[in-house]
Amino acid sequence: MNRIPSDSKVRRRKLSETELKKRIFAYTAILPVIFIFGFVRVVPIFQNFLYSLFQSTIGNPLQKFIGTTNFADLFRDELFVLSLRNTTYFAVFVTLFSVAFAVLLAALLSTRSRASAWYETIYFLPVITPMVPVAVVWKWIYDPTYGLLNYVLSWFGIEPIGWLVFPNTAMVAIIIMSVWKIVGYNMIIFLVGMRDIPESYIEAARIDGASTMQVFWRVIMPLLRPIMLFVFVISTINSYNVFTQVFIMTSGPQGAPGNAVRTIVFDIYENAFRYFRTGYAAAEAVVLFVIILALTLIQFGISGSKERREKRRLLRRGGLV
Amino acid sequence: MKSHAGKSANILKHVLLLMGATIMVLPFVWMLSTSLKPPHEVLSWPPQLIPKTITGMNYVTVFATAPFARFFINSVMMASISTVSILITSSIAGYVFGKFNFPLKNFLFILTLSTAMVPLEVYMIPLYMSMVDLGWVNTFMGLVAPYLIMSYGIFFMRQNIMASIPDELLDAARIDGASEWKIFLRVVFPMLSGPIGAISIFAFQQTWAAFIWPLIITSSRELWTMELGLGMFQYRFTVDLGPINAGSMLSIIPVLIMFLLMRKKIIQGITLTGMKG
Repeated sequence: MNRIPSDSKVRRRKLSETELKKRIFAYTAILPVIFIFGFVRVVPIFQNFLYSLFQSTIGNPLQKFIGTTNFADLFRDELFVLSLRNTTYFAVFVTLFSVAFAVLLAALLSTRSRASAWYETIYFLPVITPMVPVAVVWKWIYDPTYGLLNYVLSWFGIEPIGWLVFPNTAMVAIIIMSVWKIVGYNMIIFLVGMRDIPESYIEAARIDGASTMQVFWRVIMPLLRPIMLFVFVISTINSYNVFTQVFIMTSGPQGAPGNAVRTIVFDIYENAFRYFRTGYAAAEAVVLFVIILALTLIQFGISGSKERREKRRLLRRGGLV
Repeated sequence: MKSHAGKSANILKHVLLLMGATIMVLPFVWMLSTSLKPPHEVLSWPPQLIPKTITGMNYVTVFATAPFARFFINSVMMASISTVSILITSSIAGYVFGKFNFPLKNFLFILTLSTAMVPLEVYMIPLYMSMVDLGWVNTFMGLVAPYLIMSYGIFFMRQNIMASIPDELLDAARIDGASEWKIFLRVVFPMLSGPIGAISIFAFQQTWAAFIWPLIITSSRELWTMELGLGMFQYRFTVDLGPINAGSMLSIIPVLIMFLLMRKKIIQGITLTGMKG
């Protein structure tokens, strides 16, 4: 490549002709992309913080600077606190159940075979399908009078349940449906992780007399820890953004009672686009952003150090590795 | 030489997997079944998984009662334009970030990447207000605007370009007198078919499934997408279950076909991205 003169003045004074052409290309090529990025993403993200500090009117999000008043109001607003609680409840349960089932499935499928490829496809099907049609059919499955679920439950002598009619069951119903939707995604990630574990680790443990259960808990699970963290964080973040299934399943004549499953994004949507309280809704969005940021930082923070520690610990054990 | 215990463990494993698979598939079968039933059979007790009489009427009704053809075209247009734009922007930016050095490069790269974790729901209010300022509310431009770029696409392309395209190749082309744009279009771009495939499927699927943005940015039915149309119809009107399930079938078919044809690539792509742009 180009030999760079040690004298930095020379280097600064003149880029070679090719270098200059390269640089011109780089800027002209990247500029439009950066422009779109700024316009549809970066600027709105910053604007949102700004909006959250203002009182708004229809058409004017920056009517009057009010400092942190929106935030103070938020935490006195019963509906927002309820949404925050509901969403947290939703996120925790969806994450726990989808991770538990995903680990189980991945463990069952970890040896590659023709059958396992089929199962992977089937379990991944809901992940790839758009949310709306899926929510529509689940709403129909939960139908109190003609629903498939109540029919199946009737085999076990369970009386029909108005799944989406009552606050308690509505949340459970939406959680079940959401776990169904994402379990395949988590499963695939665990599967990738499990198949990456060198066969020799497991062999070694077996030779040392470890049972299948011991191999799973003592060898596989510790090695999966960084992936586990990733899945936990990704699932929790995605769950905090829940909106579509709530919108579909709580709306219309057969819908659930609005507030029982009210979530943060639903509350943002209503405040911003039904009541035109953009400043207030922007403050809610900031709260959502902070939650997501915290989760992301946890992941970055822990995964780096823990992965290394874990590896060392396993190596030290020697007997197994 | 399988032990007795090993054999029954194996059976248990398949029983569990089959049960799970049934739960995964059942809603789809139920959707298909409902979409093929005549009205009186839809609301029958006990529910019949396999319709006694199979009819295509619901598919006719769904197009007659709502402009679903329009919705379908809108979805195809939106997803295609988004996909093409994401491909172009991701390859260009991936190439520039991967193979060039210039002031501010790292800053710009981190800027594009760090926004990947921020979901649309967080910044949709200011974005909507910019659309208002531009007069893009309830226009196709407004509908597709947030889906023109994908942070992860850029990152993914950059990784691929750095790993698979040697600098020597680019320098050789330069010595031959090819212009930088020509090198990108003639040398680099043709070598990216693999990653382009992975990203395009992912981009298409993601945009096709969009819901909250179409919901807030459109007001006239002419612009509704398949997802929004379905959502609104089951919401505003007491639609018969047959037609609405027929509509649902139509909305998942394109994605389903793509998935079954390119299963491996899709799973790979989606697993790597964490399901968002």
